[in-house]
Amino acid sequence: MQAKENNQNLKRYTIVTAMDNEAGVLSQLAHLFSRKGYNIETIAAGWTVDQNVTRFTIEIFSDDERIKLLCAQLRKLVPIHYVEILDPSKAIRRELMLVRVHAADKAARNEIIQIANIFRGSVIDITPDSLTISVTGDDQKTQAFETLLKEFGIIELARTGIVAIERGEM
Amino acid sequence: MSNTSRKLNGSEILIQCLIEQGVDTVFGYPGGAILNVYDKLYDHKEIKHILTAHEQGASHAADGYARSTGKVGVCLATSGPGSTNLTTGVATAYMDSSPVVFITCNVNSDLIGRDAFQEVDITGVTLPITKSSYIVSRVENLADTVREAFAIARSGRPGPVLIDIQKNATASECEYYPVTPEEYFMSTGTRIERLKNTHHPSVGYPDINLEAIDELAELIDKSEKPLLICGGGVVRAKASQEFRTLAARMDSPVAITVMGGGAFPGDSPLKTGMIGMHGSQASNMACDACDLLLAVGCRFSDRVTLNPAGFAKNAKIVHIDIDASEINKNVMTDLHIIGDAKKILNLLLAKLKHDKKNDAWKNYVFSFKRETEYDDVEGTLTPKEVLSAAAEILPQDTIVTTDVGQHQMWAIQHFKFDYPGQLITSGGFGTMGFGLGAAIGAQAGNPEKTVLHVTGDGSFRMNCNELCTEEFYKLPIITLIFNNSALGMVRQWQHLIYNERYSQTTLDRGPDFAKLAEAYGVHGRRVTDVATLRDVLKEAVASRSDGKGWVIDCRIDMDEMVRPMVGGNSFIANFMLD
Ligand SMILES: Cc1ncc(C[n+]2csc(CCOP(=O)(O)OP(=O)(O)O)c2C)c(N)n1
Ligand SMILES: [Mg+2]
Repeated sequence: MQAKENNQNLKRYTIVTAMDNEAGVLSQLAHLFSRKGYNIETIAAGWTVDQNVTRFTIEIFSDDERIKLLCAQLRKLVPIHYVEILDPSKAIRRELMLVRVHAADKAARNEIIQIANIFRGSVIDITPDSLTISVTGDDQKTQAFETLLKEFGIIELARTGIVAIERGEM
Repeated sequence: MSNTSRKLNGSEILIQCLIEQGVDTVFGYPGGAILNVYDKLYDHKEIKHILTAHEQGASHAADGYARSTGKVGVCLATSGPGSTNLTTGVATAYMDSSPVVFITCNVNSDLIGRDAFQEVDITGVTLPITKSSYIVSRVENLADTVREAFAIARSGRPGPVLIDIQKNATASECEYYPVTPEEYFMSTGTRIERLKNTHHPSVGYPDINLEAIDELAELIDKSEKPLLICGGGVVRAKASQEFRTLAARMDSPVAITVMGGGAFPGDSPLKTGMIGMHGSQASNMACDACDLLLAVGCRFSDRVTLNPAGFAKNAKIVHIDIDASEINKNVMTDLHIIGDAKKILNLLLAKLKHDKKNDAWKNYVFSFKRETEYDDVEGTLTPKEVLSAAAEILPQDTIVTTDVGQHQMWAIQHFKFDYPGQLITSGGFGTMGFGLGAAIGAQAGNPEKTVLHVTGDGSFRMNCNELCTEEFYKLPIITLIFNNSALGMVRQWQHLIYNERYSQTTLDRGPDFAKLAEAYGVHGRRVTDVATLRDVLKEAVASRSDGKGWVIDCRIDMDEMVRPMVGGNSFIANFMLD
């Protein structure tokens, strides 16, 4: 992801949108990105306080002009309630990462647990030769954690994709 | 809201909802999944159903009906192949912002997803080519879905909407209360309420930026070399009068896009002609030299701008459009105003300080040709002769539908359209085979007017099956085939760009179109000289009351080209053909 940012001179944008919670809205949304030539980096969805409304957090690489056009196109979808680009300085962005990693001996296990503690991760499963850890944070934090675990041998890794919200005004 | 509630089945509710919307004509084709609806239609003689030869024909007819009447067109089809046959028509309507409600029926809810006979996910297929699409699996949702579909098709930037009703929902019953479109628009607890309250672009008109109007009035005041572009949005917004007044007060030359045809009078001394790839010298040179380009309801398609980098390079570009997603999409603008063109132009007219005089600029612009001078070739029938004869002999208010190719460009260049809806052509999607279906819709919606269908031999061959529809419903459409025995427009590119390698564009084949017409029960003639053509056209005008259409097969030379021409992605003033 980082490499892409440098190569294409594009910025990462966090789009937040709410849609009627009904069949087919996800495909409408996803289809619009692909047919207008955008690649979705992450997408995460869930109800809001109103179960009839689904809120999506979508992250893509783009530039200031193209992102405006994309938002205007999104706003035309009938099930859409609103579309916003989060200001990076005000956005709180989090994702959950689950990772199962080799831990064949005691030394490895201890070291992994120490790293997880630094990242405020928690061990959620343990077997004689593996550990499963969950960690929450923005993409940089989860990426850093992943990098540190690589040397132990990652067996499986899953991310939820970023969800984001704006900080309250003080 | 009226309180006369009745328990009705879904098919009856659908028809009642069409009646609520003022629908009196629908185009369509039956089949298994939609049988219940057709069964109810049998009792409702107040809705005229026009049965076409093919669903594609019905789709274009509903589109032509919508474009020529300003009402929402309606098209019915069954599941599976019936619905997929509509898709070219849906896309054609979508690209040209034409309000059509397509209604298909699908297999029963309990069969969905099992690859049942004639099951297809038509809402999925048409997702990218509709303004909105709906699946109705329960009769309780049917009425409001139909109401929402009509509201969305006709509001904001118009466009096609598709409703796919599962067969069980056409059979089961529920309470039905009649609701007028106005009542529905004011209703609470419906989705339309949210769309309206949030100024959703699908139905709402955004608040117009009044500062931008002041700024534009200022720009107009300062400009010495203005150019107006009249786009299809002027037609859809019914803003033709306001646009004409603006042009006069700005004393500005006006270039017209393919979709804008009819919105600005064809015989106005301010008209520069078509702009873009086959734009006139006057239009394209004016675009290249203007200091202010004011485009109303046009989306700067690549056929208009060509290379966008050099487009109107000396000008402040101002864009008025109802669709925010068109702003800065193809061309970067200096100022834009989002909203309904009619409202914006009225606000702008009120802000103009004085009427302008731009004689020097107009002298410059009109030193270039606004019309192509096509040569008369001794002994052959030329496109120009055909069109001149038609323009002279047919009534001034004749509705013209076209197919796609050279004949389309010639017709648009030649005819002096005078009112919105007079030219019906597939500008955005470029759909060969559109013309006859569109003519059927236009004639059905405008029985008193003459409808001329200008086509090419290639295009006509695609959907000429609809002659049976024309004959059966006594629609006296005049079809003029520009028969050059070629896919002329493609051949023109091969001539100019591909070293005259005429790969698969020579149509040296049947049928004899005049005989084919006779076989369908309409008048058919082949003409090779202008004198005969004039006689045939006069006969066609005189015989209108017999309700029989005409197919006039005009034999023209295959080497005739559309001029001028600018190559794709060249700069707009860089003509490859004068
Ligand atoms: C459905 C469809 N298929 C292919 C094309 C590509 N195409 C554009 S113009 C043209 C030639 C049309 O031939 P004809 O109708 O005879 O018109 P002419 O150019 O000869 O006047 C073709 C094949 C198209 N526009 N639409
Ligand atoms: Mg031809």
